[in-house]
Amino acid sequence: MTSDMPHAATGASDAEAAEGRVYTVSGEDWDEIVAAANEAGDFESGERIVVNMGPQHPSTHGVLRLVLTLEGETVSEVRPAIGYLHTGIEKNMEYRTWTQGVTFCTRADYLMPIFNEAAYCFGVERLLGIEDRIPERAQIIRVLLMELNRISSHLGGIAPMGLELGATTIYTQGARLRERCLDVLELITGLRMNHAFIRPGGVAQDLPPGALEAIRVFDESGRRLLDEMHTLIDANPIFIGRNKGVAYLDLQACMALGVTGPILRATGLPWDLRKSQPYCGYETYDFDVPVRDTCDAYGRYQIRMDEIEESLKIIQQCGDRISARGSLDSDPVMIRDAKIGWPAQLSLGPDGLGPSPQHIAHIMGQSMEALIHHFKLITEGFRVPAGQAYAAIESPRGELAAHVVSDGGTRPYRVHLRDPSFVHLQSVAAMCEGGFMADLIPAIASLDPVMGGCDR
Amino acid sequence: MSESEQDPKADPADAEADAEANLPARLGEERLNEPVVRMGMFGVEDTPDTSGFGLLRVYQPPPLDSPRPYGSYFDEIADTLGLSDAIERVVVDRGELTFHVRRERLPEVAAKLRDDPALRFELCSGVSGVHYLDQVGRELHAVYHLLSITHNRRVRLEVSVPDADPHVPSLVGVYPTCNWHERETWDFFGIIFDGHPALTRIQMPDDWKGHPQRKDYPLGGIPVEYRGAKIPPPEERRHYQ
Repeated sequence: MTSDMPHAATGASDAEAAEGRVYTVSGEDWDEIVAAANEAGDFESGERIVVNMGPQHPSTHGVLRLVLTLEGETVSEVRPAIGYLHTGIEKNMEYRTWTQGVTFCTRADYLMPIFNEAAYCFGVERLLGIEDRIPERAQIIRVLLMELNRISSHLGGIAPMGLELGATTIYTQGARLRERCLDVLELITGLRMNHAFIRPGGVAQDLPPGALEAIRVFDESGRRLLDEMHTLIDANPIFIGRNKGVAYLDLQACMALGVTGPILRATGLPWDLRKSQPYCGYETYDFDVPVRDTCDAYGRYQIRMDEIEESLKIIQQCGDRISARGSLDSDPVMIRDAKIGWPAQLSLGPDGLGPSPQHIAHIMGQSMEALIHHFKLITEGFRVPAGQAYAAIESPRGELAAHVVSDGGTRPYRVHLRDPSFVHLQSVAAMCEGGFMADLIPAIASLDPVMGGCDR
Repeated sequence: MSESEQDPKADPADAEADAEANLPARLGEERLNEPVVRMGMFGVEDTPDTSGFGLLRVYQPPPLDSPRPYGSYFDEIADTLGLSDAIERVVVDRGELTFHVRRERLPEVAAKLRDDPALRFELCSGVSGVHYLDQVGRELHAVYHLLSITHNRRVRLEVSVPDADPHVPSLVGVYPTCNWHERETWDFFGIIFDGHPALTRIQMPDDWKGHPQRKDYPLGGIPVEYRGAKIPPPEERRHYQ
């Protein structure tokens, strides 16, 4: 490269001797790169070009780095490089109590925080042997939150799928509906993301007043916005052209690579842990498992859209069940076990959210033993019998599982999250090698990877 | 899990013997032969202890080894799998079946679990490492979770290796999905998977020293000062054990 364009495309002469010509691409300089490559004869000689895409690239769905070997427009080799968002969540959890662990694992895959919490809590509950003693109301709220989160996560997958192809309207439509969904989650848990709401033994608190009404409103506006998205995307020739027949991965490849979720269901296999290995009472809800047999990116998009509708169906059933139940006193949301259940209900006071005034009055004014117990449970936490458990749930992306190990102490000995994003990114090579570079973008988008979960 | 194995009273023939074996004192005596894994209660040893809890000795629990019948579909899996010389012990705990496999036989066991029509564990959920600092001679564990979509069943394989010789044969040839998982387990625990096509670090930078998820690797962190009081980093705080 010539030296009069130092900030755009620059050739590194010392590296050239060892590794060939190096071009630095910094955006809006493609013409210059092509001109320089033409001048140097890199295209005519048919030499392969190694392109380093990411880790900061708008179309890689987060801090994912792809090392591509190109021959012209054809991708001959793709190696995903991960680890740019590794935050040591699993290690940190080993230094907090079992309850505090929720606050860490919820941040792993930040598009599906509720599922991270749920998988971890199911693991802890299995170790404690209290799976059958979780109150019914808590289970309904868990299902409600998981399905709300499934919708927001799927929209967080579909919307960027459009954006990465240059269709900003798909993104804004998806983001609009997603915000409505996050509003409901915020109303219930207090936070848009990183809720830490599902706890070992139940959920942090009951639904606030107005939650059922908000769910009903969301259900109506959600269906309308979803119809608009169908109208916008389903017959869009560009979207179809970019996604149909792209990123092919058949059943055999899915199984060999451990791929689950919408990608597996796009091969025609109706495998959904909510149906095959039900948890949280999913067997009592009426919903279908959408399936396609196209094995491609478009099929995965269709499955996600259909699953949003199925989730709306489940949310409606949850709302009906909760409104049919009695008051909180006779219908707790936390296990009735003084050694495990968090002792206090939260309530909003003038100085912010805290334990309810009744609980404070009880421990401060009436019972010394209750104060000791409160102090012990909150500082020391509870002990979990030694052993290991593997709790798997159907997250929006596929099988999300927590391998939870206890040494009998008050803190997790080891927690491993089997995150679907991590597993699915392995399949990029199988889907994209031999195809066009342009197909790489919808391929990655159709996997819907979230690097927070992948790297943890 | 079968109820008979959980509840000794369900089996009247052995009820008398079991009743004696289950006496707390007897159980305690057995554990006295196991090594002491820790002293005290609060993790910190240099502060004066006036509570007496500092003298508390906690013994390592003896390794689990479940007797037959395992209950549920577990007996069927164990019978079909055979290869009893490759399996050190079988643990049925909390409704989950674990085969502790001799490391040199791991690929053989995994291949049989995958290929036998009556087993058909097509999907491997990957490898999870665990570092049991106290289990001398088998500190590092590689834990594999297998799923059979055909039969809707799960099974866990566990391999334990000593810290001094952390070699486990790679399962990439049987389950290609183990590729990244084995790299992660090498990265975090230092377990070397022999036969892996490219065992390099995956989460940590390439030039990182040490394996961060091991129990002897510090969490790191700096003390935090708040209104004149110094709060030590999480790993140095007093905590209940």
